[in-house]
Amino acid sequence: MAYDKFTVLKSSAVPLPIENVDTDQIIPARFLKATERKGFGDNLFRDWRYNNDDSPKEDFVLNNDKYSGKILVAGKNFGSGSSREHAAWAIYDYGFRCVVSSFFADIFRNNCLNIGILPVQVSGEFLNSIFEAIEADPTTELEIDLNTQKITLLVTGQSEGFAINGYKKNNMLNGYDDIDFLQSLKEEIGVYAETSPY
Amino acid sequence: MSESKSLFDKVWDAHVVKSIEDGPDVLFIDRHFIHEVTSPVAFLSMEQRGLNVLHPNRTFATADHNTPTINQHLPVADALSANQLSALEKNTGKYGISHWGLGHYKNGIVHVVGPENGITLPGMTIVCGDSHTSTHGAFGAIAFGIGTSEVEMVLTSQCIMQQKAKKMRIVINGKVSEGVLPKDVILYVIAKISASGATGYFVEYAGEVFENMSMEGRMTVCNMSIEMGARGGMIAPDQKTFDYIQGKELAPKGADFDRLVEYWKTLKTDEGAQFDIEYVYDASDIEPMITYGTNPGMGIAISKPIPRPDDVLDGKASYAKSLDYMGFNVGESMIGKKVDYVFLGSCTNGRIEDFRQFASVVKGRKKADNVIAWLVPGSHVVEDQIKAEGIYDILINAGFELRQPGCSACLAMNDDKVPAGKYAVSTSNRNFEGRQGPGARTMLASPLVAAAAAVTGEVTDPRIFLN
Ligand code: SF4
Repeated sequence: MAYDKFTVLKSSAVPLPIENVDTDQIIPARFLKATERKGFGDNLFRDWRYNNDDSPKEDFVLNNDKYSGKILVAGKNFGSGSSREHAAWAIYDYGFRCVVSSFFADIFRNNCLNIGILPVQVSGEFLNSIFEAIEADPTTELEIDLNTQKITLLVTGQSEGFAINGYKKNNMLNGYDDIDFLQSLKEEIGVYAETSPY
Repeated sequence: MSESKSLFDKVWDAHVVKSIEDGPDVLFIDRHFIHEVTSPVAFLSMEQRGLNVLHPNRTFATADHNTPTINQHLPVADALSANQLSALEKNTGKYGISHWGLGHYKNGIVHVVGPENGITLPGMTIVCGDSHTSTHGAFGAIAFGIGTSEVEMVLTSQCIMQQKAKKMRIVINGKVSEGVLPKDVILYVIAKISASGATGYFVEYAGEVFENMSMEGRMTVCNMSIEMGARGGMIAPDQKTFDYIQGKELAPKGADFDRLVEYWKTLKTDEGAQFDIEYVYDASDIEPMITYGTNPGMGIAISKPIPRPDDVLDGKASYAKSLDYMGFNVGESMIGKKVDYVFLGSCTNGRIEDFRQFASVVKGRKKADNVIAWLVPGSHVVEDQIKAEGIYDILINAGFELRQPGCSACLAMNDDKVPAGKYAVSTSNRNFEGRQGPGARTMLASPLVAAAAAVTGEVTDPRIFLN
């Protein structure tokens, strides 16, 4: 089992109302030199989070004690750019289990699903309601139910459905990953490989 | 009668080992490229599970992301980088995977060395833990970037699991005017569609402009497909493609080659094939381009002023932040902006054609004193061509130096970092905040625009140098 099962997550959230956040911001390239998957959370959003002398930037949300929780809520087109899975590792390692946005970049979304972070895509309006609710009360909670594919803003009861394909959903609910599954297909893959012209 | 299929459909459908109901397809991968940064954790995790590499002959390794571009004969000074390079050497050695490490005469950027050695072929599925794997789509292959978990999948099962993307076609008819390069074409398209406008799609580029383009140019275009969010981009293979491949060291030979060419000729979009979305542009509208912001969609014709936030498609919420980072204002002209660094290189523009273009402008001129220029060939093969064609002498006479191959300032993982606050005109693919070093300010452009900046020390329309 590669990661913890995901069923229902009830938590406060950290707001990042910036659009087009690319994976170079999530984890800059100079922190990709490790050969093991360890400690990436320390460098999550490194250059937005710290000054050059490593002192924290006061105005960045991760440095503001008011905000905490296992959910990161971000602006449109989150995770664009580099395919580095390190971005998803950094988010997971920091303690987030779910990212909410109105739009995700493709590779980033796949990487999240592969390591046990649930990407929840909501409408632009719902995203705004979440940002407004957090601004009014940083402790406000969201509930994300993977089984029913529903995200609820608990303070108002406002909720929205989200999409995820049945296969990936089952994986997340059970903590399985694709590598286990592909191992079970060895025979079919072998048959295919025989026919390959390359 | 069989239904009409697009190029993408044909290649994708030919590789589906199994379709999962309400889930992804299990897709067989013909070629897998790996490099030092995104593969170590995959090998480690594979070993922790007690699994093995299934088809070592389908994976090819090169060291590029993290390598120095000077003194490559010396031991790598940065301990962490050296550690990644030795992990790649160890892992590939252990499993019998081909490895072109630092110092190997075939070494270079993964998306440059694959095509130039005949590893990349039409009709293939190709993946790599690097988002610019889309480059290989220039040959009519389905090629895209993957994460490290997927690298592990391919190592252990030669397959990945992905849902088939939606289909987009971008058609550009007509002829581009002088001074307009493939880089300008793709920057134009991204500016039209936005940095996220093709998310969820696989793009086919079609029309006269792409038919007339060299293989190098097609690679530049397909390379940047990811910069509008697309999973990948592809161009139907034609005689130019076959000629490029023929005779390459690892390409099929003789009767095998002929047989494959017959198959490759069928890899075109059928008349009547459906696309989910289609854009049509006119080549004569495209001018030399440059970016002014912090995503590749923030590009304009070099002669135009920086647009107002209301006139851009995307990212309005972050527009002010972006311009603030760059130190630019709405309405300003890009022409005349001071340039501190020029970077010619990367898998986008590190091929021989790019060096030829750059040399055409700097020939008989001098590098501007205020500019630090990093000219980094994409591979040793490109480096050798630069020397053989006399381009090297032109560069040296104009006051430039040539560095050794690698990704270099494209992602600034090695020492080639643009200092905070400095301006770089770069032929690479990303102008994200800090991409070329913490605080670095990047303007993406073609090799001609880069050359014009390198000799004048400011953003300059390269067309004034064309005769
Ligand atoms: S040159 Fe840049 S984009 Fe290309 S493979 Fe290297 S890091 Fe990736």
